[in-house]
Amino acid sequence: MQAKHLELEQVGIDFPTPKGPFTALTDVNLKIAKGEFVSLIGHSGCGKSTVLNIVAGLHQATTGGVILDGAEVKTPGPERAVVFQNHSLLPWLSVYKNVELAVKHTMRGKSKKEMRDWIMHNLELVHMTHALDKLPSEISGGMKQRVGIARALAMEPKVLLMDEPFGALDALTRAHLQDSLMEIHADLGNTVIMITHDVDEAVLLSDRIVMMNNGPAATIGEILNIELPRPRDRLKLADNPEYNHYRHEVLTFLYDKQKKIEPVSSHIKSSKAGGGSAKKANSKSDAA
Amino acid sequence: MSKMANILSFSPAKSPMSGPMGAVYSRAPALLLPLIGLLMFLAVWNGVAKSIDTSLGQFPGPAQVWEQAGSLITEHGAQRDSADAFYTRQEERNAARVAQDPTYEPKIREFTGAPTFFDQIWTSLYTVMVGFIIASVIAVPVGILCGLSKSAYAAINPLIQLFKPVSPLAWLPLVTMVVSALYVSDDPTFSKSFVTSALTVSLCCLWPTLINTAVGVSAIDTDLLNVSKVLRLTPTSHLTKIILPSSIPMIFTGLRLSLGIGWMVLIAAEMLAQNPGLGKFVWDEFQNGSSESLARIMVAVLTIGAIGFILDRIMLSVQRAVSWDKSSVLR
Repeated sequence: MQAKHLELEQVGIDFPTPKGPFTALTDVNLKIAKGEFVSLIGHSGCGKSTVLNIVAGLHQATTGGVILDGAEVKTPGPERAVVFQNHSLLPWLSVYKNVELAVKHTMRGKSKKEMRDWIMHNLELVHMTHALDKLPSEISGGMKQRVGIARALAMEPKVLLMDEPFGALDALTRAHLQDSLMEIHADLGNTVIMITHDVDEAVLLSDRIVMMNNGPAATIGEILNIELPRPRDRLKLADNPEYNHYRHEVLTFLYDKQKKIEPVSSHIKSSKAGGGSAKKANSKSDAA
Repeated sequence: MSKMANILSFSPAKSPMSGPMGAVYSRAPALLLPLIGLLMFLAVWNGVAKSIDTSLGQFPGPAQVWEQAGSLITEHGAQRDSADAFYTRQEERNAARVAQDPTYEPKIREFTGAPTFFDQIWTSLYTVMVGFIIASVIAVPVGILCGLSKSAYAAINPLIQLFKPVSPLAWLPLVTMVVSALYVSDDPTFSKSFVTSALTVSLCCLWPTLINTAVGVSAIDTDLLNVSKVLRLTPTSHLTKIILPSSIPMIFTGLRLSLGIGWMVLIAAEMLAQNPGLGKFVWDEFQNGSSESLARIMVAVLTIGAIGFILDRIMLSVQRAVSWDKSSVLR
């Protein structure tokens, strides 16, 4: 494993507002190894998506920067493919053509047959070869997201960025897609950064869970290493004490240490607890 | 026929009746209600017409208008026959001259009879199409520019708002003078009246297309723009693969509105510019002032309405065909 694959160094971002700059993120430091699956979790508005957008190059960090394989990230590019929350397939193109668009523009100089094989291979990975000629409006939400994943994978990304990819899906579909994603990750070994709201999803899929403090000026609160052996089986894990311990850790962080709306009386106490946990997080990430 | 009925009617409320008779009843309003409306209109028209006396005689009722429609068709047939006869005579004459003297170059002359009602319909359609196409060729690219760039929009928007409400009648004298000054040619391919009418139509039907295109382009989903960025699409690909396809429904909404406005403007423009179309027909009949004039004008009014309706339906079906958003209800 290459330790310095993707690095976020002192990343911070200010957004201009009529009342002056608003600091959304500050001092985000994260080192991600090749093939690692990292989840970002936190309450809404804590800047998770902003972190992802900075890695994707869609937002520019005000301070610090992102380094991928020794080169600074400045613009978006196919080596950091994004799976968007609401699939964002082009509604006028069929399933096949949506993936083809990505392949055509990222793999120039390939023969037609090579391209076709590559498109089919990626659609097979997400089990979508049965609906090649369907338009996005003709398939279910889960299927759309599968195609969105196939399109991202087809770009052969070094890092796969997923912005709450399963957030808009029902629980059963979500479970199916999580299993598919685990298979694909085991097969291809892509580095993945995923944003999620779902504690179970984060524990099940991740090697590390990055828990974010609430904004403004959000930053990383704690980092939790998930040392569950792979392949992971959601049924067996359901009553695995280790799994439940990890769940509990994340839940505690989210609902105790980082309550979204804090009562005034407990404010001082909880901010102290937050400070303490940040120290703990640093020591943990050093260990990793 | 059922398709026609479908096009011509609004969808009726579902009948609660079922069974074979129910099916008949539930289908009946689709034809029946528009028919009732039409008959009521004819009755009112007939009644009111009888009580209006103009200087050109009694206002024409449905019967007189029907009669004049028939006579316009007969006139068209007669004119065609005399044109055919003219060309046959000309050919015979030329053939005879060539037979006498092989060096003779046959002279071909156009038939110079007055245009019939159907020729005028054709001229109007041709003129409005030319004006509409000129407007579209300008409005779509400018609209895309306004949609893509906020600065371009800020610069152009005041002009749009300023010129959008201007009546074609206000433009027409200016257009006429400019065309007379600039379109100078010994053997003009197009008559000045045609160019003037077409340009006036263009000036008035630029705006709906321009505005709708700009709105369509600026309303593209940010996620789709991000997809384009992640794929590092070239500006050309970005335009052809993302911008144009996603704004096509709005562009066609604009085009449909523009054609409707263009058709309305055209009649006024033709009246003043003396372009030999339906507008000129109405004007000439008005100036003519015979006892049949009003009925003939009424035929033109109904024809203008019917053609406008058909043009709109054609644009609607094109709009449906090109719109990828099948969930949106177009009407």
